Amino acid sequence: MSILTAAPTLSHYLVLGAILFAISMAGIFLNRKNVIILLMAIELMLLAVNLNFIAFSRYLNDMTGQVFVFFILTVAAAESAIGLAILVLLFRNVGSIDVEDLDQLKG
Amino acid sequence: MTFSTAVFWALSAILVLAALRVITNRNPVHSALWLVLSFFTAAGLWLLLQAEFLAIALVLVYVGAVMVLFLFVLMMLDVNYDTLRAQFRSYIPLGATVGVLVVLEMALVLLGSYAKAIPAPVAEPPKAGNTHALGMLLYTDYVYPFEIAAVILLVAIIAAIALTHRQRRETRYQDPGKQVKVRPRDRLRIISMAPEKRAEQE
Repeated sequence: MSILTAAPTLSHYLVLGAILFAISMAGIFLNRKNVIILLMAIELMLLAVNLNFIAFSRYLNDMTGQVFVFFILTVAAAESAIGLAILVLLFRNVGSIDVEDLDQLKG
Repeated sequence: MTFSTAVFWALSAILVLAALRVITNRNPVHSALWLVLSFFTAAGLWLLLQAEFLAIALVLVYVGAVMVLFLFVLMMLDVNYDTLRAQFRSYIPLGATVGVLVVLEMALVLLGSYAKAIPAPVAEPPKAGNTHALGMLLYTDYVYPFEIAAVILLVAIIAAIALTHRQRRETRYQDPGKQVKVRPRDRLRIISMAPEKRAEQE
């Protein structure tokens, strides 16, 4: 049980990030009709990636990883703001947020 | 087991549980609240990794702004979420398989010899705070990306407003362009009419 009692190593954080990433990936498969839950799953994925960046930055003693997380947070905030605006517009025009109803471009 | 190790395991357990509830919840509002919990626990983990500024920024930006936006949108849309979950159970085998496969293969790589090459970090005496160090880096080496990030945020603000802004139809307002462009004959029509006869002549 040394893996439980020893101080957390880099592998602990990386596996935690991998689990989080896999959960959000499974969430994209499970909720493939609901656009809002899809956006939330993408936020979780970004969180997992950021966790990896910060763990590497701590264990390699390099601040660059944290700078990168800073930029990811900025871009992700912009992304979710525009994504939700498009979602509101979509609901206003189509009357649904089901992915399967979004086939106007199919021709 | 030291205190920080116990905190790591507790926060990781809460984080994984909250993430699972985000994707399996029946009500999207509850999903958003579980996502808030997972952001909080992730901020705790970042504090353990001595990234104080980013932990606080995560709570402020994500919990304070992005998740509130999510909740606003969720409550504004009148959607029957049960119909969206109609085939949820039939998707479970595929989703679970993909998730387990990803975890297994990543764990296989990460728990192997690769990550053991990186030693535990030496405990440095804190020269300056994490915020100070990050600021020193951001405003010197990364000043151009920093400015570009600011422009990206501005573009996001303008795009979000331009996409969702709606002109109300019942509002009356002046259009100076139309007022200047108007010509007399658009407003007044002079017609020629034959004069009427007097009634008593008949």
